[in-house]
Amino acid sequence: MSNTQPLLQVRNLRVEFPTRRGVLTALDDVSFDIHPGEVLGVVGESGAGKSMTGAAIIGLLEPPGRIAGGTITLGGRRIDNLPYKEMRTIRGRQIGAIFQDPLTTLNPLYTVGRQLVETMTTHLPLTPAEARKKAIEWLELVGIPAASQRIDSYPHEFSGGMRQRVVIALALCAEPKLIVADEPTTALDVSIQAQVIALLKRLAREKGTAMMLVTHDMGVIAETADRVAVMYAGRIAEIGGVRDVVKNPSHPYTIGLMGSIPPITHRMERLLQIEGAMPRLSAIPKGCAYNPRCPRVFDRCRVERPDLIPAGATRAACWLYDRADKEAAHEVAQTGYGEVRHA
Amino acid sequence: MRDAAALGATPMLETQDVARYFDVSRPLLQRLIAREPKRLLRAVDGVSFAIPKGTTLSLVGESGCGKSTVARLVVGLYPPSRGSVIFDGQDLAQARADASQRRRMQMIFQDPYASLNPRWRVRDIIAEPIRAFGLVKDKAAVEARVGQLLTQVGLSPLDGQKFPHEFSGGQRQRISIARALSSNPEFLVCDEPTSALDVSVQAQILNLMKDLQKQLGLTYLFISHNLAVVRQISDRVGVMYLGRLVELAPAETLFRTPRMPYTRALMEAIPDLEMTGRQRIPVGGEVPSPINPPSGCPFHPRCPLANERCRAERPALIPARGTPEALVACHAVEEGRDGGPQVEPAAVGAVQGV
Ligand SMILES: Nc1ncnc2c1ncn2[C@@H]1O[C@H](COP(=O)(O)OP(=O)(O)OP(=O)(O)O)[C@@H](O)[C@H]1O
Ligand SMILES: Nc1ncnc2c1ncn2[C@@H]1O[C@H](COP(=O)(O)OP(=O)(O)OP(=O)(O)O)[C@@H](O)[C@H]1O
Ligand code: SF4
Ligand code: SF4
Ligand SMILES: [Mg+2]
Ligand SMILES: [Mg+2]
Repeated sequence: MSNTQPLLQVRNLRVEFPTRRGVLTALDDVSFDIHPGEVLGVVGESGAGKSMTGAAIIGLLEPPGRIAGGTITLGGRRIDNLPYKEMRTIRGRQIGAIFQDPLTTLNPLYTVGRQLVETMTTHLPLTPAEARKKAIEWLELVGIPAASQRIDSYPHEFSGGMRQRVVIALALCAEPKLIVADEPTTALDVSIQAQVIALLKRLAREKGTAMMLVTHDMGVIAETADRVAVMYAGRIAEIGGVRDVVKNPSHPYTIGLMGSIPPITHRMERLLQIEGAMPRLSAIPKGCAYNPRCPRVFDRCRVERPDLIPAGATRAACWLYDRADKEAAHEVAQTGYGEVRHA
Repeated sequence: MRDAAALGATPMLETQDVARYFDVSRPLLQRLIAREPKRLLRAVDGVSFAIPKGTTLSLVGESGCGKSTVARLVVGLYPPSRGSVIFDGQDLAQARADASQRRRMQMIFQDPYASLNPRWRVRDIIAEPIRAFGLVKDKAAVEARVGQLLTQVGLSPLDGQKFPHEFSGGQRQRISIARALSSNPEFLVCDEPTSALDVSVQAQILNLMKDLQKQLGLTYLFISHNLAVVRQISDRVGVMYLGRLVELAPAETLFRTPRMPYTRALMEAIPDLEMTGRQRIPVGGEVPSPINPPSGCPFHPRCPLANERCRAERPALIPARGTPEALVACHAVEEGRDGGPQVEPAAVGAVQGV
């Protein structure tokens, strides 16, 4: 996949919030690519900046939040500095957005058919009749039974899982190149979640759509994503192939995060737990933001902030993997969390 | 049929055929004009289980199957429409009338923010049940007890000065637990206590709940739709479907050899975190409406093993052929049409903890 041109390039993205008590930095130096047909999973604790990253890409940062640095490029064109109107066209035509709550995306006053048809006729060269035919196809594709009869139903006439599938059809029907999906399955039961995930995966594969999938559900990530970015306190702590990040993480935070997932396969006497809580934006510690909670912390971590560097099979923002600290890195391989995880 | 767990020593809690209906009819006048009958929603429709002291029973099932309604019945927030709830050998209504019994049961809710009064300081939130039940009289002793509770849930006595909004989601859930513990309860009903929390915070809360159970001998009714969480905390597990229990078994039996086709479907729908390449099989179809539940077995419209008998006759919750420690409501299991107990690949990993 890396031999194709990336569809989305985010470089050194910085998002700030001016507040009465000073400027808060919500995203700091965030960089990643997404290639066509690729699913990038974005995980991390509540408040880490996952939604903020998605909002910056689709141009829907809520004021006073603003992009204060870096660039966002879609298909070779910069989109982080476009006027609102131009961005709105791109949002419908080239970027589709799926949010957690289907009711905020669907207009309760219009039938789902009308909403699909309007989206398509706005962005694609289709007559209303052609668009209606396509709308039925989309509803079938997302698994709405008897789509030709349900097309004139209102959103409230569908169940929660079906509504979320309608939202997906709406995000996809203008055939965008990139989909930003923020917790698209969080509100759904596992049973329906599996249907929605299977659908998103199939579309990425069949239509070559690139996707940024934000979720805190590691099971969904393991099944859907090709690569994963782990965020902590507004920065990427680790990024790499899904199998490497989930099964063989390098960053102490990722190791803790993966270790605290309860396994379905057996009962553990105690789950591995990370002590303490993620810092607030107004009190991000100096050096590595994870240092007060990190079992591997050493002097340098409290002073200098680490950037993403190669670490095992992934890239991690952690001094343990810096050449100068090779010895410490060797130590983490020997002891550290390695033992705890298999206990 | 009574849960066999009720037959030994007096259980902490027992429900016998408990049911709760809601009237969801349209207003009387409209109903008369349209000549509609009353419409009843059977949120919980005849559930029997028992929880031995010092153990955890968990309830699982899809959204809307009646888990929270059971929780509310069990702490007396709803009176039952039918059947009874027995708390430590005494009818619940009687027990609720007596403050010394009432303080023995507490409930923890899903949303740690909504359940804490934002205008009160944390120390007053925690002290409220102590004062209400008159457990400790003088001011210094109340303060000492609040400090002790905060320490017990992993916070600092100094945190008592603060207001709820000054805490993270996980810390707020710790405050709810401290409040629930303040009346020295023996029985805690926990309705999705970690569903709103991150996995890292969830691990902290689950470990805390296990520690407290060991230290204080607590009995839990634990409600969650997350089967992996349930596996970590439960001694026994009940699976609910449309207001009824369809399987009730020791946790290890349930995860190793789930019997009811619905339980098996739920497990097969779990994401494959181990990345073994196992295919996730979604449970087909939609959850039917509890207002017009299907005839016979309520799962029959979605069940691959359904036949004529399933459509006509409702299966009873009885010991399963082959795994009699599990109670299962399914004709196929009773008749041996399900192929007997089979080890569930989704719930048995390469690393076996047991
Ligand atoms: N209007 C605002 N003013 C100041 N800070 C804000 C504002 N909106 C969001 N933030 C902060 O920005 C940070 C990133 O928030 P974001 O919504 O991206 O988190 P998230 O990773 O999506 O979390 P969750 O999993 O809870 O959705 C958080 O610390 C949040 O408190
Ligand atoms: N006060 C009420 N009035 C009318 N219907 C109700 C009431 N409370 C619950 N119900 C209905 O009873 C059924 C069971 O609801 P309950 O809240 O117990 O489900 P649950 O299993 O806890 O679901 P979830 O996982 O979504 O929390 C649902 O169909 C619900 O709509
Ligand atoms: S840089 Fe230091 S504190 Fe940060 S994660 Fe690595 S070892 Fe821990
Ligand atoms: S009783 Fe019949 S329909 Fe119900 S779960 Fe068993 S086999 Fe399926
Ligand atoms: Mg978010
Ligand atoms: Mg509930």
